[in-house]
Amino acid sequence: MIIAERKPIDEIYAMIKPFNKILVVGCGGCVTVCLTGGERSVSVLAEQLRLKDNLEGGSRTFTECTIRRQCDAEYVETIRTQVADADATLSMACGVGVNYMTEILDDAITLPAMDTKALAANIRSGEWAERCAACGSCMLEETGGICPIARCSKSLMNGPCGGTQDGKCEVNVDLDCAWTKIVARMEKLGRLDELTELSPPRDWSTGRHGGPRGMIVEEALMDDDAEE
Amino acid sequence: MPQGAEEFKPKIVAFCCHYCAYTAADTAGASRMQYPPNVRIVRIPCSGRIDIPMLLKAFTAGADGVYVVGCLDGDCHFILGNAHAKRRVPEAKKLLAEVGIESERLEMFQLSAAMGARFAEVAEEMTARIKNLGPTPVKHG
Repeated sequence: MIIAERKPIDEIYAMIKPFNKILVVGCGGCVTVCLTGGERSVSVLAEQLRLKDNLEGGSRTFTECTIRRQCDAEYVETIRTQVADADATLSMACGVGVNYMTEILDDAITLPAMDTKALAANIRSGEWAERCAACGSCMLEETGGICPIARCSKSLMNGPCGGTQDGKCEVNVDLDCAWTKIVARMEKLGRLDELTELSPPRDWSTGRHGGPRGMIVEEALMDDDAEE
Repeated sequence: MPQGAEEFKPKIVAFCCHYCAYTAADTAGASRMQYPPNVRIVRIPCSGRIDIPMLLKAFTAGADGVYVVGCLDGDCHFILGNAHAKRRVPEAKKLLAEVGIESERLEMFQLSAAMGARFAEVAEEMTARIKNLGPTPVKHG
């Protein structure tokens, strides 16, 4: 899932300053699951903003709502009136939500309350860690299920590098060296030899390097002109 | 600092759990123990009833100080309610500090139903603390 962290309150306040009536919108998707942008977080942020605005001598109004997801038009549509009533919308969704709300709601001003960080797994209560880089051509079969693109600081295809120390990455001692893990895993699977096999240079164009991506599921496409 | 000739009379909200805190307040009352009248008690079923927006809202509404009183560890009628409150109060203190409100205005205390004297002591302590901090910086009607 996508993990996103709330921006510092001062940064958010500076963003909403030009506006008088702000609608704070939460998202029931990923940010609810990672405890940062759901209904509860909206209440907390709105209350903090009310307090801060009060202390700054402002008289701004902050309204609140949360929708199931901000990346699907059908849910975004449900708050069209509330958005129109406000001068600006402060979204607690990931970057996808901020973009999409802007797109769907006639270019209403949607501000990001969050910094979107990564595609991550919940590794223990209260902690999430990046596991996938959305590269577009998954090679996890070759590395025993451990991703060198997402989890190696240098995204090496032939690791580990000289900086590995006791299974940790030289970039950050809290990071496991992905390649140490890959080697250990392939050894456990009895497939260590496969790591020495030659592969052609990786095609990175399916990833972010190739530009914005999308996907079509043919059977779900609806022809607008089709008759019932 | 108290302003001018008029002494600052703090408005303090005390969220008290029904089982221990409120009963302790009752015990204090029954024993005719004196404690400052600045404390407005709000009875809740369990200290775990409080959530962060509720604590922040008390300050928006104009409270000079807020405190939560719950049961001692292991004694919560709802098993872990006081543990949840113990987690949320420090978080709320941090959020208050972020917007420029002194985190000392909010506190959590734990006691048992028989501890009427302690209840009165807490009320004295918080009243003194808030008097020292002065009125809330939040402008309210």
